[in-house]
Parts: sequence; C-alpha cells; structure tokens
Amino acid sequence: MSPETLIPKLGVVTDIRIDTPDVKTFRVVGLDGKKVFEHMPGQCAMLSIPGVGEAMFSITSSPTNTEFMEFSIKKCGCLTNWLHAMDVGQQITIRGPYGNSFPVEGALKGQDLLFVAGGIGLAPLRSVINYVRDNRQNYGKIQIVYGSRSKDDLVDYKEILDEWMADDGIEVNLTIDQPQEGWDGHVGFVPNYVKELEPDLNKTVLMCGPPIMIKFTLAGLKELGFKETQVYTTMELRMKCGVGKCGRCNIGSKYVCKDGPVFRFDELDELPNEY
Amino acid sequence: MQKIMIAKAKELLQSGAVDRVLGWKTGEFAYDITPAVFETIEELEQSFVYDDFCGANLSKYLIKASRLDGKTLVFLKPCDTYSFNQLIKEHRILRDNVYVVGVPCEGKTDGETLKQHGIKGILGIGSQGDDFIIDTLYGEKTVKRADVLPERCQNCKSKQHVVYDELLGEDGQVLDSHRFDMVEKIEAMTPDERFDFWRGELSRCIRCNACRNVCPACSCEKCVFDNDASGIAQKAAADSFEENMFHIIRAFHVAGRCTDCGECSRVCPQNIPLHLLNRKFIKDINELYGDFQAGADTESRAPLTNYQESDVEPSIVYHKGGNR
Amino acid sequence: MLKLSLDRLNDLFAAVAADQVLYIPADDASGQARFQRWHDGLEMTGALNTVRSAKDFFFPQTENLVDFKLKGKEIEIIDPRTEHEDFVIFGVRACDARSFTILDKVFLVDPVDSYYQSRREHGTVVTMACTQPEETCFCTAFGIDAAAPEGDCSCWMDDTSLYLQPQTDKGQRLVDHLGDLLQTCDDSAVAAQQQSTRAVLEKLPFANLSLDGFDGEHLLELFDSEKWAELSEACLGCGTCTFVCPTCQCYDIKDFDTGSGIQRFRCWDSCMYSDFTKMAHGNPRLTQLERFRQRFMHKLVYFPANNEGEYGCVGCGRCLSKCPISMNIVKVAKSLGGENL
Repeated sequence: MSPETLIPKLGVVTDIRIDTPDVKTFRVVGLDGKKVFEHMPGQCAMLSIPGVGEAMFSITSSPTNTEFMEFSIKKCGCLTNWLHAMDVGQQITIRGPYGNSFPVEGALKGQDLLFVAGGIGLAPLRSVINYVRDNRQNYGKIQIVYGSRSKDDLVDYKEILDEWMADDGIEVNLTIDQPQEGWDGHVGFVPNYVKELEPDLNKTVLMCGPPIMIKFTLAGLKELGFKETQVYTTMELRMKCGVGKCGRCNIGSKYVCKDGPVFRFDELDELPNEY
Repeated sequence: MQKIMIAKAKELLQSGAVDRVLGWKTGEFAYDITPAVFETIEELEQSFVYDDFCGANLSKYLIKASRLDGKTLVFLKPCDTYSFNQLIKEHRILRDNVYVVGVPCEGKTDGETLKQHGIKGILGIGSQGDDFIIDTLYGEKTVKRADVLPERCQNCKSKQHVVYDELLGEDGQVLDSHRFDMVEKIEAMTPDERFDFWRGELSRCIRCNACRNVCPACSCEKCVFDNDASGIAQKAAADSFEENMFHIIRAFHVAGRCTDCGECSRVCPQNIPLHLLNRKFIKDINELYGDFQAGADTESRAPLTNYQESDVEPSIVYHKGGNR
Repeated sequence: MLKLSLDRLNDLFAAVAADQVLYIPADDASGQARFQRWHDGLEMTGALNTVRSAKDFFFPQTENLVDFKLKGKEIEIIDPRTEHEDFVIFGVRACDARSFTILDKVFLVDPVDSYYQSRREHGTVVTMACTQPEETCFCTAFGIDAAAPEGDCSCWMDDTSLYLQPQTDKGQRLVDHLGDLLQTCDDSAVAAQQQSTRAVLEKLPFANLSLDGFDGEHLLELFDSEKWAELSEACLGCGTCTFVCPTCQCYDIKDFDTGSGIQRFRCWDSCMYSDFTKMAHGNPRLTQLERFRQRFMHKLVYFPANNEGEYGCVGCGRCLSKCPISMNIVKVAKSLGGENL
C-alpha cells in the first residue's frame, strides 16, 4: 500500500501552557519522543481527536526548534473545546505539514521585517519570528507590532517580554484595545498604531489577525507608501483534506491549503474576494 | 392563459400595485422551466411562461420574497394554494406583502416523465386537443396528454384554489381522487414485504436533499441534518439505518403539515416515491382524527398539535384492528 | 476490430465475470438505469445513460479512510485499506469515460489519493458508443466523440453484433482472455454507425455551445458578473447537480462512532450546501448566489485555469435533466459567455 496523507500519525501532548483565557499552547511530539515531521514557518498541520473532529492549525513553533512542535489554539468550536479540556499525556493524531510557507529562505532574506499581528494572529507569525531570531544574521531590523483586546489576551506574553524584547535589534510595540489597570503601554487599535509608528518604507510586512484588522492595516500601510508586493499574510478557510482535493478552501484557481496559506497581497488581488 | 397572466402582471406592475412578479421562465427546451422573479415589463414579455410544464410550486419562495420591500405578485395553481395557506398558518409568509393570483391547472408534466414514456431527443412540444405532438431527433411522436401526467396530477386532489386575491379563469372542485390507493397496497403487504419495498426504494437515495429543500413544509431556518451541533448531521449515510431514517424523520416532521403537493417526488433524481410516506400519515390522520387537509384553511388547528378529550389513542385503535 | 454476435452477449458477460467482478448498466425495479453487478441473465438497459455517473466506481459516495480505537488517553490508528479486486465496468458512455481523466487530474496529482488510485488500477473501463443521443447531450462542446468513446476497450453495438476495439494494455488483456468468443472483423459496420451517429450529434441543440471567454484571463470579470443573481435566484441549494455529475469531486471527512471504535470516512459534499465553507469564525459564502457561482466558476474557469484549458464538464446532460428547477451549466454558459462577456 502506498503511503496515504489522509491517514494521520500519532502524537502525544507533552505540555499545555495557558496563554490567555481562551488560548492554550500545546506541545506535541511523536510517540518516539521526537518531532513528528519537519516544517517551514507558516505551514500548517491537521490535528484531530478521533470522534471529535479534525482541523487545520498553524504550527506556531519554529522549525529551528529540534525537539517538538507547538500549536497555539483558541477555543472556538467543538474540537478546540475538547483540546482545551484535555490533559498532558493525551494522544492526538497529526498529519502534515501542509501548505506553503513564508519565504524565509527567499524574498525575506536580508530584509528589514515588520510583523503585524492581532489576537491569536500572532500564532503563525511566532514561527517566523523565532526562525528569524535563530538565524539573526540573515535578516535586517525586526519590528513587531502586536495588539490584543486586553493585556490578558496577549498570546505568548511571557516569551515576548523575556525573550523577544531582550533581543538586540528587535523593536516590540504592544498595544491593547482599552485602557487597563496595570498597563502603561500603548492603547488603541493595531491599524492606527501602525500608522502612528510610521515604519520605514523599505520593510517587508508579515501580517496576521482578524479580517477587519488586516483590512484597515493594509489600507494604512498603503497610505504610508507601502506597496502590496511588500505585504504578506496568511489565510484561514475551512479545510478538510489539506491537499487541494476536497474543494472546500478553493478560491479562484487557488487552494488555500496547498497554494497558501501564505499569500502576498498583490496575489490576493487576482483572486475573487471570497475569504 | 399565459397571455392573460402576462397582461395581469404588466397591469399590476405598471400601476405600482406590486413590485415584482413571481412566475415561471422559459428555458432552452419546451420543458425546462425555471421559477423566476420578473421586475420589468420587458422581462415579462421576453420570458414569462405558463404552460403544461410549470409544475414547480412557487409558494416556498414567498418565505423570502414576502420579506423584501414592497409587494410580490405570485401566480399559484390550485395545489400550490394549499402550501401557501399552510405557510401562512405557520407564520412563515407575510401575507400582506403578497398578492395571490390563482391560475387554473389541468395537470403539469415534465421532461423526465415524457422520457419515462420512451420519448427520446425532445426538440419541441406542441399540443393539439388532448394530445402532445412532440418533435424529436428521431421523428415526430404523438402521446395522449393524460397518459404522460405524473402520478401527482393523475391523482389530483383539488382543482380549487383555497386562497387568492384574484382568480384568473374558472375555479375547480375538490376532487375525489385515488391518491391513497398505493398507500393501501403497501399497507396490505406483510411487514417483511413492506420493509423490502422501502429498502429497495430508499437505498437509491443519494442524500442530495432536493426533497427537503423543495418541500414547503420543510421551512426550518436550519435543518437538524445540517446542524453539526445536533450530532446527527450527515451528508451521506454512514450506514443503511440512517439511509432509512432521513426520510422517515422528515415524514414525521411534516406530518399534519404536508399538503401533499408532491414536489418531493417530482424533484427526486432517483424517482423515489417519497410522497407515499407523507400520504400514509395523511391517511392515518384522516382515519384517526377525521378528514383533515393541511393548508385547506389558515385557522383550524392541526390534529397533531391539538388535543381533545375525544381523541383516539392510536395504539389502541390499531391494536383492535382499527377501522380497516 | 473484434466482433461478437449479440445472442452470445450473455456468454461474453459470463466469461468476463468468471475471474473479475463485472458491472453493466441495467434497469432496476424502478425502471431506471444504474450500474449493477452482473449475474447470469442480467440484461443491459435500453436507456442512454445511468442516473448516477460511473464515477462512483472510483470515487464512491462514502468510503472508509481510517479507523481508530480509543483507550484512555491512547489512540490506535488502523489502516483499513486492502487491495481492491479487479473489476470491469462495461457500457460506460464517452462522456463518463472522459470524466475519469478529469478526476485523475485531481486525485492522481501529488499527493496521490491512494484510495482512488487503487480503484483506477484495478478497474477496466469498457465503453459503449452512443447511437441515440438525447437533446440534453453536449459532449461535443468538450471535444468528446460519442461515436468513438475512449476507455480501455471501446465497443459499438448494432442490431446483430457487438464490436470491440481494445485501446490499452488492460483492454487488450480483456479481449485476449475472451479468446474464441470473438472473431476478427473489418470496421465497416462500425464506420457506418459512426457516420449516422455523428449526423445526429451535429443536429443536437447544443452541438455548437460556445465556451469562448471561459478561461483564467476572464476570471474576475466572470466572477463579478451581475448575472449570477438572476441565474441563482431559484436555486434550491440542494446537491442534485453535484451528486449526479461525473466530474464533481468535492468531499467531506467525517467521523462515525461505531460503538466499538471510530470510523473516519469521506463522503461526497456539495459546494451548493450552506455549510460547505462554514467555519468557526464565519462563512465566506453566505448566500446561495455565492455557492451557485462557485460551482460553475470551478467547472468553467478555475479548473481550466489549472489544467491547460480542460473544462470540468463532459456534457453528459445529467444536471440538465435532473435539476429540480431546470437551471444548469448550459444556461449559465449561454448567459455569461460568448458575446455576453
């Protein structure tokens, strides 16, 4: 029998970290204790609990992590509710990696990078950020603009404070939607904050967040003088097979699971606005 | 009749009495007619049609259309008026936003039914007296109109409009049809025979949901079979139990509300006689609670949603052999 | 070319069925044609085509993908796949035969779908030329010749004989196996039949259906057409067109609790269904207009854009005769394409 991508492999959850009230980060390894497969930043995997469901999640750990994979998952449906309720030691099924990746070994090399994220949108970018940090010599300046509803909703807050902010040459700009006790940082929405920060026009932008944030941030970036060819995002659509066959994530002549999830905005312009 | 209807539609559109007309539109052939909304005189003149092939029941479209701004003119055949009334009764159609024009019906057929009678390669269909003269790729064929009507029209229950704002042509009568004959035949089978009969029919189901989606009684905003959270949402039968259950559950759900319009069987791509399930319920209800026709009016309480002290206990009636 | 007297057709079926599973199109109790496993005496239908297409043999409506057993926190994965037995589908029409090459372009591209691949490898397709096409047929629009069907072995039938022409190694093996049953013959009878069939094909109402303008270049223009609203307004949102279609291949993956384990199966899905693209954070196709548009854009624009201009339609006409409201790909093509673009 030839190998079949629809038949998953087994993984085991070795650590569960509570990030925010509705986001947890799950650490997964194979039953042999090693990584189940290798991936590139931006790629996804299908996780499932048989009988509960199977869904596509972006791999939030960097490929430079040689020990395990991590998935930051927001509680928002049947499967994710189940995942949030499980304990360490639970086995899950995993298949992948699926989709393309951010061009970390291509167009992004040597560039100054601006990461823009909102809420759980930091999850897919975390993989890139840590990949870039671990290959620091290959990239220019790094700026991260990250916003969430409140301080408690900032995903990976500890990692941001302890590691990213501690790095030389990384500028981290955090913001929350509403003023909050114990928060002396910036308050306001991400799109406005990006405009206020007036990032250098030579930066390549990697953006992920809720559709409304993406829409207004892109408009703001364009006002500042950024071109669509400078801005990458990663998309989310309903997926079942992960390999461009089941038809669910088809937009125009592209399949988001196979041809995406990473797109440059000028590529999206050629697709019907159906996402 | 088509001319009179177009004239009526134009008149009401032009006067501003209605904002749109719900009717039927010509297709590529004589028989492939599509329900359509007409908003201009030009559209009406170009493609409005009313002939022997306008079988589609327009009532269900009014659930949406009656929520649009302005008034919708709808042409309803006698049996469509029952569905309309039933939807009014269930508060699914906003009556004030609809102008109902009743139109006569002598039975409607369709391309599929003609083909079941061995007619191939239909290019054009004309009528002459009681006959259809059909031009085909393989020569001209003549068939008696009455012979190529689908079952629902051969056993028409009523040529009377039970609701209208205006009637075109003469109204007909409620008919004494033979629509329960086949149900009686199935009732006379042994349980094993009956099970085999339905297994044979339902095993052809491809779960396309055409029966449900066309059914005027199936007007739930979200069907339980489409609701992932229900735990029984399935697009295909995982086993034969479900294959049987989908249609039986649907028949239960529309029991007492199904007007027997026959759309389920008309649209089934696998020609499963789904209407027989509903007719069994109608027949049982008639026998147990007295004659009842869903959609005949908008006020009466349906037997299955109404309790009277004199109500029979079905299990006892049937245990004692019932009235058959 | 090889030949068999029609009165020995049952013998031919018996010889094929002796060591492979044989399916032929035959009438069922309801009088409709469908592919059925041959048994002695089962006769071929007189109908032009089966209600369900022949894709079912390679891409069945439901199919088990993988099984799981759960025990506490542990999961056991069971690969349920077994080698398929060899089978022959006899009497496939030219349109359905072409649909397999379209499905191949989905399921056999990397990563190969092993379930589909195994069935394709073990199935032999014996096609049957049409002689009396219906008015709903428009295979000619896709360059399909109903009088010369593709397949592993092509057949023609007249009042007295069955003619066979193997086209592939599989087809050759099949006729070799039939040995003495078949006699060699010239192709004059077949050529005469083809001539008369082609004369009918030319007269079909949609023989010259134009698909000009349906390509990747006009993608956004077609997508943004105002005509979709009118075309889709009566659509019931059922899956009839997709399920009778020989080229529709979208599927869903679901888990079924058997009581003793979990069966993960796939089943046909339809882009016409309201929940097709529904996900936790919303639904990008909220109304029937968008779903309806997706189906036809996929067949007429997206698929050809990815497959060197090959359309995702074979003109079998099933959707024309089966759509409950008689809306179909021909009406869409005529309304949007050609000079209307």
